[in-house]
Amino acid sequence: MDIILKGGHVVDPASNLDSESDVLIKGDKIAQVGKNIKANGAKTIDCKGKLVFPGLIDMHVHLRQPGREDEETFVTGSRAALKGGFTSVLCMANTSPVIDNKGVVEYIYAEASKTGLINIYPAAAVTKGLEGKELTEIGQMAEAGAKALSDDGKPVMNAEILRRALEYAKMFGLPVISHCEDTNLSKNGAMNEGFISTKLGLKGIPRASEVVMVMRDIELAELTGAKLHIAHVSAKESVEAVREAKKRKIKVTCETCPHYFTLTEEAVFGFNTKAKVNPPLRSKEDLAAVKKGLSDGTIDAISTDHAPHSIEEKDVEFDFAANGMIGLEFALSLANTELVKDKVLDWSGLIKKISANPAGILDLKGKGSLAEGSDADVTVFDPAAEWVVDEKRIESKSKNTPLVGRKMGGTVLVTIVGGKIKYENGKFE
Amino acid sequence: MAVKWTKKDLLGLEGLSADEIGLILETADSFKEISQRPIKKVPTLRGQTVVLFFFEPSTRTRTSFELAAKRMSADIVNIQTNASSLTKGETLKDTAKNIEAMKVNIIIMRHSASGAPQLLAESVSPSIINAGDGSHEHPTQGLLDMFTIKEHKKKIAGLNVSIIGDIAHSRVARSNIWGLTKLGAKVTVCGPATLMPPEIEKLGVKVTYDIKEAIEGADVINMLRIQLERQGQSLFPSIREYAMKFGLDAEKMKYAKKDVLIMHPGPINRGVEITPEVADGPYSVILEQVTNGIAVRMAVLYLVSGVKERIE
Repeated sequence: MDIILKGGHVVDPASNLDSESDVLIKGDKIAQVGKNIKANGAKTIDCKGKLVFPGLIDMHVHLRQPGREDEETFVTGSRAALKGGFTSVLCMANTSPVIDNKGVVEYIYAEASKTGLINIYPAAAVTKGLEGKELTEIGQMAEAGAKALSDDGKPVMNAEILRRALEYAKMFGLPVISHCEDTNLSKNGAMNEGFISTKLGLKGIPRASEVVMVMRDIELAELTGAKLHIAHVSAKESVEAVREAKKRKIKVTCETCPHYFTLTEEAVFGFNTKAKVNPPLRSKEDLAAVKKGLSDGTIDAISTDHAPHSIEEKDVEFDFAANGMIGLEFALSLANTELVKDKVLDWSGLIKKISANPAGILDLKGKGSLAEGSDADVTVFDPAAEWVVDEKRIESKSKNTPLVGRKMGGTVLVTIVGGKIKYENGKFE
Repeated sequence: MAVKWTKKDLLGLEGLSADEIGLILETADSFKEISQRPIKKVPTLRGQTVVLFFFEPSTRTRTSFELAAKRMSADIVNIQTNASSLTKGETLKDTAKNIEAMKVNIIIMRHSASGAPQLLAESVSPSIINAGDGSHEHPTQGLLDMFTIKEHKKKIAGLNVSIIGDIAHSRVARSNIWGLTKLGAKVTVCGPATLMPPEIEKLGVKVTYDIKEAIEGADVINMLRIQLERQGQSLFPSIREYAMKFGLDAEKMKYAKKDVLIMHPGPINRGVEITPEVADGPYSVILEQVTNGIAVRMAVLYLVSGVKERIE
């Protein structure tokens, strides 16, 4: 059945649209966007007073399938995505087995299609087993549909190997997503290095462990002319390095995550393992620099680095707790309160970073836009609704977030994927 | 003193007020005499079970706590294990829940991970006493150091106390800094730049890399143990160079005040951070610290056990 979204405020930076319009969906495509569209027989969704976006795209999630289905599956991860307004995600390769060969890439697509809730695209590993030693069969994985290359979770410490990966990836137009961390500098680190790590007696991770690798990778991007994307930027100097690189016309893009513009290292007080993440939550100055990078265009994308972990991996001594937090269900609300209400970005600027730009970086055809003929992936958002994060109502299979109890601004009302309503007013299809 | 002890746990000195620290020191004063009796036992904790839960090897702290508890007639259970073996199987919380289910009153815990006692305190009902967690805190060591200083100097406020050595990895340094600054002492920390934690000056201490500066004018010098394993982690080039630059020897003692107190939490690396003639010399109160440790730990056991309130 056709669907018409009536009277919402449509924000579609890809087609320069930021005004009240109707959106008509026919089949799995956007048929028309404009005022007073007549659509007899179409299912009508009243969007008056609400915002209508191209479906959000999260280019950095860990869905834990295959291997850790106790923490997340395509089904639970997809439901979390839908609740958060995401219609497409890029899942990272650090699964078990690692997405480092064509077979696993094909498995991801097969499982995703069986799940049938959102678009799930695999990132493929840069090196076999994420060991940083030998290149994977990048060509075959590209043919099978891998959308990016990343050893995320680990850096490629050997610069020569990353150089060759960048060069080789160029042939397939694939971006290399770099997890920037000098593991010699960050070894045994548990949180950001600074006064709070000193107070708590936890080993610090200096910002330099991220920054030196950002700088190294930028030079390698220049050397090779390949597409480099820096994952989860958290440090002030990393933002500055990317800003300089862009001035030098180097092909580099980067992302940050909601926790880096929402929380600081103070969240660790009391040895709160739910605030343990890599890169670690940083200082107020870093948070301000991340916001500045978002507003001036240095940071291209907002991804969640959704990282589900079981209770057993978090409810332990801080030093032994796993890194990461879930993020799919909270990203848009946090962006609303921390970025839009705070005038860091307007809606159009935000949607660029959380839909249009990720589609561009990953070259997802037909995504990230509501232009006629685009894939009918749409998110309807009520920026005024308020809710409180309640552990029992988290859709993700894992509940590891420091946000429980926090008041959130704005809620996703409807998420449409491929022309089908997958989530509406708290209910899944 | 007007202040009343209200805390179930002793996790660190950061969370205590100056009055609460004063109360512990005063209580310790009255307990010290017990260890000098021919029959060193009072019935204060009779019928209470104390578990010594040690995830790190320790001789003196464990023995000190054990004697403190025994002299107060508590029943003691010793559990010694290591943290890494535990992570592979049962979690710390599970182990603690099992101990709790055996209806114990107090758990004294030493752990290599900072914050582990807090995790326990949030999960189980017995009182938790931190006997040293990672590089975070070692509150009873800080308290016994202050107790020893007070015995000799009759006060804490206004004293210059220098803590010298591996500040970065030292829970003793942190507990001393919290306690001493709360009671009004002026604290200087000294050690190689590689063993100085970032922004430590925000704790209200002076930082110097020059041991002479730390010695001059100090009323108390607390020498920290250097862990020999740190050599080879690029934290300092060699034990020899460390001893030359940061070890306390007779030569460097020339800069010290005539009535300086030399302290060390032990165990001592003789000839590394402190030479034998200083450790055993006239200014040293190192063994008194050990004696006072028992009194301070008796005081802490007594206060957290809440015995006083039950009698009143």
